[in-house]
Amino acid sequence: MKKLANTGNKLLPWALFIVLTSFWQLVSETDEFIGRLLPSPVDIITTFFRELPVIIPHGVVTLNEALTGFGASIVLALLLAVMMDAFEPLYKALYPLILVSQTVPLIALAPLFLLWFGFGQLPKILIVMLMCFFPVLVSLLDGFKSVDSDLLNLMRSMGAGRVAIFRIVKFPGAMMSFFSGVRIAATYSIMGAVISEWVGGSRGLGVYMIKVKNSFAYDKMFAAILLVVALSMAMFKLTDVVQNMAMPWYRLQQRNTGE
Amino acid sequence: MNTFRSNTLLDVKNIRKSFGDIPVLDGVNIELRRNEFVSLLGVSGSGKSTLFNIISGLLEPDEGKIFIEGADYTGKTGRVSYMYQKDLLLPWKKIIDNVSLPLVVRGESKKAAREKVAGYFKTFGLEGFEYKYPFQLSGGMRQRAALLRTWLFSRDIMLLDEPFGSLDAITKFKMQEWLTNVLSSIEASVLLITHDIEEAVFLSDRIYIMSDRPATIKEEIKINLARPRSRDIVTTGEFNAYKKHIYGLLL
Ligand SMILES: Nc1ncnc2c1ncn2[C@@H]1O[C@H](COP(=O)(O)OP(=O)(O)OP(=O)(O)O)[C@@H](O)[C@H]1O
Ligand SMILES: [Mg+2]
Repeated sequence: MKKLANTGNKLLPWALFIVLTSFWQLVSETDEFIGRLLPSPVDIITTFFRELPVIIPHGVVTLNEALTGFGASIVLALLLAVMMDAFEPLYKALYPLILVSQTVPLIALAPLFLLWFGFGQLPKILIVMLMCFFPVLVSLLDGFKSVDSDLLNLMRSMGAGRVAIFRIVKFPGAMMSFFSGVRIAATYSIMGAVISEWVGGSRGLGVYMIKVKNSFAYDKMFAAILLVVALSMAMFKLTDVVQNMAMPWYRLQQRNTGE
Repeated sequence: MNTFRSNTLLDVKNIRKSFGDIPVLDGVNIELRRNEFVSLLGVSGSGKSTLFNIISGLLEPDEGKIFIEGADYTGKTGRVSYMYQKDLLLPWKKIIDNVSLPLVVRGESKKAAREKVAGYFKTFGLEGFEYKYPFQLSGGMRQRAALLRTWLFSRDIMLLDEPFGSLDAITKFKMQEWLTNVLSSIEASVLLITHDIEEAVFLSDRIYIMSDRPATIKEEIKINLARPRSRDIVTTGEFNAYKKHIYGLLL
């Protein structure tokens, strides 16, 4: 009974998806004017596969920027979070600033970055880093803070030093929160790269999108969007895979309570 | 003098502690002898956990000293083991690694620690659960694992702060019997905090009754019930006489 409900829950979004795309297909086919502005799903798929040899090299550039920025931001966030957790004054001084800095519209910075760092990949990687850095840092810091104080006392009562407490309790205890931040960062990473490419550059999905938009090839635009979605989902999935490897107990627990 | 020294393992001398201007402990004196089981009974908020934090060295008293085997251990951690009401098992570690924690903290490798602790799983009724995660165990089993971990850290002085407080009545009942059995087969000296009068009488050699805040020791009661104790004794007249006496003191 429960199993049936479960499969039902999984099928439901697909059913809705099929209904919506069919409706879209219908609308795009019946009216030629709409069809030109909003290419039908079938057109998009056909274009996607036809354009694949052109899109893929751009996709590789974007993916490269996204992965580099994403990876670098995780490393930096880890380092800073560990330092901030070790030095209370540093935490107190930086944490409010970090929260405020998240309200800065990073997209507005992109043109400046291009001015400062040129039209190559560097400014794009930096934008991706800025977008990914904060969610990871904040989730890590919150994870460190959320560790049960009784657990810390228990470790202290055993005579464990700060380093041991961090290594054995705090760091692993923050993993859950860390990965929720990483998951957000993963979805930001592709977006961040694409947006920074809109501003300027010679290669990448963002550049491709601007080019096809200017030549009114909206089906190609949607083909590029399709790839952006696919890449973002792949990044998301990658995070899940890494999390499952890092936290085998969690997956077991999920599976148990899910049944 | 010498015989007193060798008998008294833990000597809590005239401990005073205030938080801000609220006095919590007002000159508490307690003794624990080797292989003895002693309970501390007191109402909520009387300062029992505060006393344990002081004995374990997590908290400095305002006045008074903690002596262990005659040496001053005031404010020093790492000597006595401490078990909380919560099991505090690390959800990401298998039971055997959770239990190994005290050895790992002391610098042993995971593998060496596992080898050392594995032999005790049977005694503690945890056989077969070595490679399970905490969430796969019932509340009672998790408390057993937490108790084994506590004992492995310091078997001569164990502080247990309401270890069965979060369990349902039936499980609690079983765990108390289990604990008397385990303690009869291992060496351990235990100081137990509890609200539960029956639990205190059933498990203890001696009971200290704490007064309301600011806490002092109101009375020390010796429990002369033969060991091993089985569940049946809770209905005997002797047992009930102890209970009645303690109720009178607390109410
Ligand atoms: N760190 C602290 N700062 C300020 N007040 C504290 C602190 N720790 C404990 N207290 C206060 O001291 C009193 C005694 O607390 P304690 O936890 O020792 O009581 P307890 O006897 O263990 O109670 P319970 O049976 O509910 O666990 C309480 O009123 C508590 O609010
Ligand atoms: Mg308490």
